[in-house]
Formats: sequence, structure tokens, C-alpha cells
Amino acid sequence: MKTYKLRILFIALCASVLFVQCKDDDDNGNVINIATCTDGVMNGDETGVDCGGSCNSCNTNTDIDFTGTYAQEDQMGRPGINTVFGSSGMKDAFNTTIPSEIGAIFQQPFEDKLLALNAGYTTNLAGLDATTFTTVLSNDVLWVAQTGVTTYFNGTEVLTGRTLQDDVIDVSLILIFGGPNNTENPGLTSDNVDSNDATFSTTFPYLANAF
Amino acid sequence: MKKTKFIAAIGGLSLLAISVFLISADHIDAPAVTGGGSGTTSDITDVYAFRAENPNNLVLVANVQGLLAPGTTDVSQFDENVLVEFNIDNAGDNNNDLVEDLVIQVIKRGDSMYFFGPTAPTQTGLSSTINVDAARSSVKISTRTDIQTSENNGMKFFAGPREDPFYFDFTQYNAILGGTEPGFRDPGVDTFAGTNVLSIVIEVPKAMLGDGVVGANPLLPTTPIYSVWVTSNRKQ
Repeated sequence: MKTYKLRILFIALCASVLFVQCKDDDDNGNVINIATCTDGVMNGDETGVDCGGSCNSCNTNTDIDFTGTYAQEDQMGRPGINTVFGSSGMKDAFNTTIPSEIGAIFQQPFEDKLLALNAGYTTNLAGLDATTFTTVLSNDVLWVAQTGVTTYFNGTEVLTGRTLQDDVIDVSLILIFGGPNNTENPGLTSDNVDSNDATFSTTFPYLANAF
Repeated sequence: MKKTKFIAAIGGLSLLAISVFLISADHIDAPAVTGGGSGTTSDITDVYAFRAENPNNLVLVANVQGLLAPGTTDVSQFDENVLVEFNIDNAGDNNNDLVEDLVIQVIKRGDSMYFFGPTAPTQTGLSSTINVDAARSSVKISTRTDIQTSENNGMKFFAGPREDPFYFDFTQYNAILGGTEPGFRDPGVDTFAGTNVLSIVIEVPKAMLGDGVVGANPLLPTTPIYSVWVTSNRKQ
């Protein structure tokens, strides 16, 4: 509203002094286009359709209490990091360490645990030694592609998301126990459960109905 | 997944790419979140992120409170004191620094689930406050038989019990770790078959998430990548 009134004032002043060129700008050149606040589209710096940012607040309903401070208790990015590589006494700390700080604290304990799980570990099918493998593991976020296919692994795409169907278990077992050519520990490189018991939907909400 | 197919595909892939798969057993998590009392209501069992039926959208899923038998499901509820946050690191800060640039905040009030965002967080890290200034949506929480979804601002929302999509012979895995079994059984038995979880499912236009970080995934050096993780946060 403020900018609109300033424009009115400028126009009025300009009109009152004939033949004067008036600049149509304000706020030090940072013009707020309030037309976006009423165009029915979430654009500009809005955080909702025609609200938030430079427009009116989106929160027009004040009868629900959303106040308070919330402290982190659990955290998850990629499947299984904490359960497999954590040790007792450490898992709670892992769940309350932000991703950007996980590596510095947990890479070495993860490496120790990898060698405890597989004492003969040297490298895996991806050619990674224990330090390199666990360094990437301790970067615990899920990578999701903005374009193209999303999958944990489908034989071609690698680490572009995680679908409901992805068999994250088998791939994980192969990399932990399979050795450099996936010939080691043959009883440990697949759990022989290849799919979910229920069928997923191709439409929202995609997950199957509850039993 | 067939082992031979995996090996054939692996041959042409770069080293770093395949390094991060891990056994998916956050279902059985750390003492503070599974130790009974109020801890279990903050336990995240799985996170999924995949392209939607409409390829311009992504689906984000966070499941909590796993291993619910059908009877237990009817009395299980989301906790009003637990804020679930979807964190997204995108290219917005020109840096793949694993600090959240956007969040979607999800919390139960009464019989509905409320969703705020995607929005820049008011603060990053271990402490969160709900950004009430962000765009807000809601959906009535479903039961096993009453399925509710809602749509707002191009997004879709669901919150309620779902069949647990996770599958793993976790029983056998624990027996192997405990030394009572030498390896996996064939066929395997899915420990999670017949069980439910409480699910939060959000479909969101990619346009609302900004641009991904090009090169975050070394196997796809030209693909823009979002880094996504989910946290559960208890009211103090």
C-alpha cells in the first residue's frame, strides 16, 4: 500500500508542476510490484498464493496455537545409516547431529563398525575402501534428482531418489559384504525378499491402504 | 533384484556413485526414540522421495511409528507435540552445504494435519519454530477405512495409517548378527509384512523447491540434485 500511495503523491506533484519528468520508482529502485499480491498466482517473494513475503501474511487463521520451540529427536536421510553403523550409546547422538556436522563426528565410528560387521572388508563392488565408503555414508542425506528418473538404484540410475519399490537392502548388503567382485559372503549379500507384500498405487497417495 | 543384473550395470558406473546404500532398518532405532513412553511417537521409520505421477511434481514421504499391527493401528495417533520437518538443501545458497534452505513443517492439531511451506526456515539446526507466516494447508487425518486427501496451492496432502512399504528379513539379519544363523534364508521372510505405519505423504511441484545443486551426485554431474532429510522435533 505504501508504494501505491507514494506513486499517487508523485503523480500529483508532477501534475502540479507542468512539464516536469517524474521518475516512477521508489524504495531506492527496489520497486515492489503489488500487482502480484492479487493475481491469484504464487510469485514474486510470496510464500503462498498472494500472501507472505511482500504481501499480507498467509496466516489469517489465528485460532490455532502453533507457538513453541521444538527440539530434534530423530533424523533420517538415506535408509539404515544409524541402525547398521551406529553403536549402542552413539545412536541417540547421531539422531541429534545435523547433517553438515555428522561426518566429522561419526565417520571413524562408522568405519570401525563396518570392520566389526565384516572383518575381512577390503573394498567393495564400487571399489571403495573402508574410509572412503564410510565418509560418504556419514553424509546422511537423500539425493533427489530435480529432472529425470528418481530411484535408489534400478540398474542404470543411481542415487537419484528413493521409490517405494527400490530394494535398498540388497544393494546395501552387496556393498558391505560382497567384497570387490561380489563373490564374498554369498549368504549375506541378499535377504531374498525382493518386493513389498502389498502393491503400491500409481496415484496419490501411492502407499497402499492399511491392513 | 537379481544379482547378475546388478553386476552388469555396475560395470560402467563411477566409483563414488554406489557408495551410500545402507541397510534400511531405521525402523528399529535408537533408545531415545524407541525406549517407550513418549519416545516412540517421534521415531521416523523411512523417508522416500520420488517423481510423482505428474513428472513436474515430487512426492515426499515420511513414515513414523512402525511395526503397527492392524489392531494397534486404530489406536495409534500422530503426536501433537511432535513437529515433523522435511528439510531441503538446494542451490539457493550457491553451496551444497547440507544446511536446509527450505522446510515443509508438519504437525497435528485436533483431527487434522497442518502443513507449512515450502518456506525458508526461521532458524536452522536442532531447534525449530513453526513458520506461521508461510503458506498453510491442512488435511483431515485418515483412519484405516476413512481415506482423506486434500489439495492446495498445487500440492497434495495425506496423513494417516498406510501399509508399511518397507520390506526386509530383519529377523534373520539380527540372528546373523547375534551369531545364531550363518546367513540369510531363501526364500526370505519379510519382517514387516502385514504391518502398518503412520504416513505423511506430500506431493509438491518441483517449481516450489528451487533448483537442485548440479554435481552433488558425482555419477550424474549435470543433474541438479536436492538433498533431502526428515527430522522429528518435540515441543519443549
